[in-house]
Amino acid sequence: MQTPGEFELSRRGVLAGGAASVATAALVPIGAAAEAREAAAALPTAKVAFDVNGTAHELELDTRTSLLDALREHLKLTGTKKGCDHGQCGACTVIVDGRRINSCLTLAVMHDGDRITTIEGLGTPDKMHAMQDAFVEHDGYQCGYCTPGQICSAVAVLGEIKAGVPSHVTADLTAAPKVTAAEIRERMSGNICRCGAYSNIIDAITDVAGVKA
Amino acid sequence: MKSFTYERADTPAAATAAFARAPGARFIAGGTNLLDLMKLEIETPAHLIDVSRLALDKIEATKEGGLRIGAMVRNTDLASDARVRRDYGLLSRALVAGASGQLRNKATTAGNLLQRTRCPYFYDTNQPCNKRKPGSGCAAIGGFNRLHAVVGASEACIATHPSDMAVAMRAFDAAVETVDAAGKVRAIPLADFYRAPGTTPHLETVLAPGELITAVTLPKPVGGTHVYHKVRDRASYAFALISVGVIVQRDGTGRVALGGIGYKPWRVEAAEAELPRGAKAVASGLLAGAKTTHENAYKLPLVERTLAGVLAQAKG
Ligand SMILES: Cc1cc2nc3c(=O)[nH]c(=O)nc-3n(C[C@H](O)[C@H](O)[C@H](O)COP(=O)(O)OP(=O)(O)OC[C@H]3O[C@@H](n4cnc5c(N)ncnc54)[C@H](O)[C@@H]3O)c2cc1C
Ligand code: SF4
Repeated sequence: MQTPGEFELSRRGVLAGGAASVATAALVPIGAAAEAREAAAALPTAKVAFDVNGTAHELELDTRTSLLDALREHLKLTGTKKGCDHGQCGACTVIVDGRRINSCLTLAVMHDGDRITTIEGLGTPDKMHAMQDAFVEHDGYQCGYCTPGQICSAVAVLGEIKAGVPSHVTADLTAAPKVTAAEIRERMSGNICRCGAYSNIIDAITDVAGVKA
Repeated sequence: MKSFTYERADTPAAATAAFARAPGARFIAGGTNLLDLMKLEIETPAHLIDVSRLALDKIEATKEGGLRIGAMVRNTDLASDARVRRDYGLLSRALVAGASGQLRNKATTAGNLLQRTRCPYFYDTNQPCNKRKPGSGCAAIGGFNRLHAVVGASEACIATHPSDMAVAMRAFDAAVETVDAAGKVRAIPLADFYRAPGTTPHLETVLAPGELITAVTLPKPVGGTHVYHKVRDRASYAFALISVGVIVQRDGTGRVALGGIGYKPWRVEAAEAELPRGAKAVASGLLAGAKTTHENAYKLPLVERTLAGVLAQAKG
């Protein structure tokens, strides 16, 4: 059986082959191709070491690599999804040092020494995190593309309420925010679901939080 | 994205010195605005100086009884700080009305002040835009400009500043503290921080190239009831069409700052004297000289009505 990693590689091989034949067809001068290769070799890189889901990694990356691309393309952790790549959809949400962030809007090389948790680190198919379980139980998705981001966000949201972080719907700024469906809905607004599974997503999160939706 | 070299600065002095060595460089903090713009090649720095780990991440009491907010304090931490929630509630409210939880976890105080406009033509590199490419024209004038400025704009640019946080900071008379490569420090009142677009809309603040923001200071608390009301196309996670922040005292006096209507958070101290006479009088002072298009003229009555609602809410 093919592992997802092998599939990725073979699909890329096919794509690269395709690009090469296009280039030949367009008769790109050989000198130009060599120049392009040299330029690629000279591209600035930087080293970074971080922990992903309990495993230490050391990478040398093109400085432009987003944390999202480092996870997906270099570490083959493809659970984290690329939606808009501009911080607008939340599909790339991961948890860094306990805080949820958009992994598309941050450079991998800025995360030296950080502890990163992705959907793969929250639980496994045999031993799911309570939030993963609840999303299955409540059918908190349709196509599933936004789900890893939704779940990482949801886990962090409950932590944020516990830590006393206020939200736009917190009535009294000086009191501890309450775990309510309204609070959860507002705090989850950075995760867009194209299928519109929102009501089931809220049911899943409120279930884990132990509140009635 | 254009390629760039990267270094991390450990001290403010190292950051400004790094800039002096590489004048085309940019500081990067949370990266949530700069990287977005770099992906679109609207920003193309050849060198990035990472300031995100500078020890400017604390909120401290000043001897004047106010707060000094480090430039690298994250928006989430600023909104959550017990002193801010108690004494500067308007600031907490404005912060949590902006962006998303994920973004606020990364966004910094300095980066938020320096975030660039959300004018769709600024983002579309196929369109003329004097802010992005000086001298190329302004596609928003005569284009879709429902989101654009009604005060302080020029023939060259009608963009608004998108920050919610800055609106509250303006109401509190905040000041921006900076340091340059020579070690010179200065404090710039937020009122004087943003430059009117005039004929040079690409120059947005009075900061010199390489001048590093180290903190924002708030004077001592002014009490009163604080209300921030942001009007937007969605109930959450959308930029302001307009926003109104007020601080109202028991005797009916107070302060008003507006967002989404100009190139900076908009406050006219003289108009605040009209507060006891109600929203209409205040709004007409705030919006004096407004210039609208048929698409954004709605902002004038919207400001007045939102202000009326907010004042009623503040009175309880
Ligand atoms: C989808 C989306 C929705 C959003 N919605 C809202 C909203 O509703 N309301 C709102 O107010 N904002 C909103 N934002 C914008 C967000 O608040 C800003 O992106 C954020 O505050 C920028 O902070 P940063 O630390 O990430 O800045 P960066 O991207 O790191 O930097 C921004 C600029 O500041 C400069 N800079 C950073 N630190 C310093 C320093 N110490 N000294 C000098 N220069 C410095 C950088 O060189 C750069 O030019 C939204 C953003 C996104 C992507
Ligand atoms: S309004 Fe300003 S930012 Fe928008 S297109 Fe015109 S010049 Fe550019």
